[in-house]
Amino acid sequence: MSAIMRPRARMRSLAMLPLAALALSACEHSAPPQKNSAASAVAAKPGKPAAVAFTPPPLHAIPDDAFGAEVRKGEALFRNTAAHAPQYVGNTLTCQNCHLDAGRLADSAPMWAAWVSYPAYRSKNQRVNTFQERLQGCFKFSMNGKAPPLGAPELVALEAYSYWMAQGAPTGARLIGAGYPKLARPAQGWDYARGESVYREHCALCHAADGQGLMVDGKAWFPPLWGPQSYNWGAGMSRLDLAAGFIKANMPLGNGNNLSDQQAWDVAYYIDSHERPQDPRYMGSIEATRVAFHDGPYETYGRTVQGHRLGAGAGVTGGSTVEHMMQARGAAAAPLRD
Amino acid sequence: MKFTCLASLGFALLLTVGLAAAQSSQPAAPPAAADAGAAAAQMALARQIVLHGSPQGAHACATCHGEQGQGRIKAAFPHLAGLPRGYLVRQLQHFDVLARDNPSMQAIAHKLTSTQIDALATYFSRQVPPPIMPPATPPPALGTELALQGRNAVPACVTCHGPGGRGLGGALSAAFPPIAGQPAVYIERQLKAWKQGQRPPGPDGLMGAIAKHLSVAEITAVSQYFAAQPTLVVASAPEVKP
Ligand code: HEC
Ligand code: HEC
Ligand code: HEC
Ligand code: HEC
Repeated sequence: MSAIMRPRARMRSLAMLPLAALALSACEHSAPPQKNSAASAVAAKPGKPAAVAFTPPPLHAIPDDAFGAEVRKGEALFRNTAAHAPQYVGNTLTCQNCHLDAGRLADSAPMWAAWVSYPAYRSKNQRVNTFQERLQGCFKFSMNGKAPPLGAPELVALEAYSYWMAQGAPTGARLIGAGYPKLARPAQGWDYARGESVYREHCALCHAADGQGLMVDGKAWFPPLWGPQSYNWGAGMSRLDLAAGFIKANMPLGNGNNLSDQQAWDVAYYIDSHERPQDPRYMGSIEATRVAFHDGPYETYGRTVQGHRLGAGAGVTGGSTVEHMMQARGAAAAPLRD
Repeated sequence: MKFTCLASLGFALLLTVGLAAAQSSQPAAPPAAADAGAAAAQMALARQIVLHGSPQGAHACATCHGEQGQGRIKAAFPHLAGLPRGYLVRQLQHFDVLARDNPSMQAIAHKLTSTQIDALATYFSRQVPPPIMPPATPPPALGTELALQGRNAVPACVTCHGPGGRGLGGALSAAFPPIAGQPAVYIERQLKAWKQGQRPPGPDGLMGAIAKHLSVAEITAVSQYFAAQPTLVVASAPEVKP
């Protein structure tokens, strides 16, 4: 018998222990400083209030009344977005794909932390946004769809769900676990080839070599990371800092915080070096759109990677068939087949 | 969630045999016409060991797992029927190198050659998994929640083990085995083994990492949930993904 692969030595952080959020966040933030710059915020910078720990109530505590029914509607929409808001969704993703545990998991931009942070000024559109407007943004960009009008039942349901989850959280406080962790800029920059090898080793099993994930019973069981059914060029996940933070804390699924920061940056770069649907704010040329919306240091839109200028977009006509996905995966998963 | 439960229905089982057989045939196995003889010889080799043990002294698998790999729920012997070929090979290798704990299986795997392991894995992967009796009492809510929705850092089990825990099939079957209908005590023992580092954590460490997050109460509840799930469905009923 050939020798088996030894389980990789793991530097599992204590952050994932199933303890109360207090303990959870305490561990999270006493961990190596490079892991999460929010850690320093805990040690209250002058002028900045210290971050506060918070645990959302369990789902079974949703009340059995008319308000509770609205909360449940929001939860269902969050988990299964296309089924409950078909006219506003343009890809196969769901809200929970990027906000894990139905928007409850710390460090995956949980809704309880978002709720107490709005209205807020956003540089993306250079004005103060309400919570509903923030939700609109994720429909338009992350879901590559259309923004439901303010006050639409879909937004009300999501608002009810988020509000309920945040009950007891101090308004305006910075909650531990809000947003995605912010990783320090990597010493080695980011690199396509390194990213590709991280991808093959830790991601392709589920998301497939061609990034198209896996469809089961007509659902994106493992969601697509690029191509026509993924988030578009205007989405937060197309920014390397946000993608790297999400990946570091949450991927591979169920085994977060095991990649090094460097690996997270490299693989974020690899993913965001593939075509995806056009930025809905497209200004007629890649260059004009890049200058207007993608001029930051963490943007790949409009840059040339592997000889291809990113930003051409990926049309819905190019969708992969299941066979195509399986074929692509076959190559990546080969070591798991004897 | 709507499972079409066919546990008690031998009739329904008959209807699905064809389907299940198709599903359980493994990608690595299709013999070209010219290899038909070799394939038959492989099956004969496997049956010989299953029923009578190997010349090198490995016990007959049938004693514990049943002739078709149906397992024995009362004794907590897992069923092997319909499990993916690649998954079965990997487990036998892990027993062989003592990385997966279980003295009887370690002794048995150690006496098998890689040709025999291949043959046995192919044989069991092609059998139809046993029907599962629905339990008298429904599985605990905590188990259902973990299985279908997950909790905190633990993703829903069905995300990797497929709808109803019946596996993801296709090229992913070797990585993510079906777990529906395995004995509750067996499932529980596996989850505890991972917590204690007595079983390799699986591809990319995924399963070991998840088990480490589970409390004892969660382990018991989720094991009961999957032990009660049918291994086959008659018609594909719409199921809700978390
Ligand atoms: C492709 C991934 C993706 C999907 C799908 C997605 N989001 Fe987001 N979402 C993000 C990113 C990235 C951010 C920015 C997080 C940050 O700034 O740290 C974000 C931020 C948010 C915020 C603000 C969080 C905060 O703390 O300020 C809300 C609210 C939100 N999303 C709701 C939703 C809803 C509702 C859906 C489904 C309709 C959804 N998201 C789908 C990626 C996604
Ligand atoms: C075990 C399977 C699995 C592995 C391995 C895995 N993922 Fe994921 N990934 C998922 C699932 C499932 C989701 C959606 C989470 C949910 O809905 O709860 C997801 C979501 C994502 C998302 C946000 C959704 C989207 O479509 O953009 C990104 C980005 C992502 N994964 C990147 C990665 C990267 C990078 C790796 C490797 C470091 C990786 N994943 C490894 C299963 C996996
Ligand atoms: C003395 C009883 C006994 C015999 C004989 C036996 N097994 Fe097992 N087998 C077990 C037990 C008990 C387990 C569960 C071990 C554990 O809890 O990890 C097991 C587990 C396995 C597994 C892992 C199943 C899974 O789902 O991961 C495989 C594969 C397996 N046996 C194959 C075989 C083969 C092939 C033979 C014949 C060559 C055989 N066994 C003979 C008792 C037996
Ligand atoms: C991120 C993907 C993933 C998730 C989520 C997941 N598993 Fe697994 N599971 C695996 C992998 C991979 C294996 C194969 C391990 C191996 O090769 O030994 C496995 C194997 C198992 C086995 C062994 C089956 C056998 O026949 O011995 C059991 C039992 C199991 N998982 C239970 C669970 C339960 C219960 C949950 C939910 C709490 C769960 N898994 C969630 C990936 C996952």
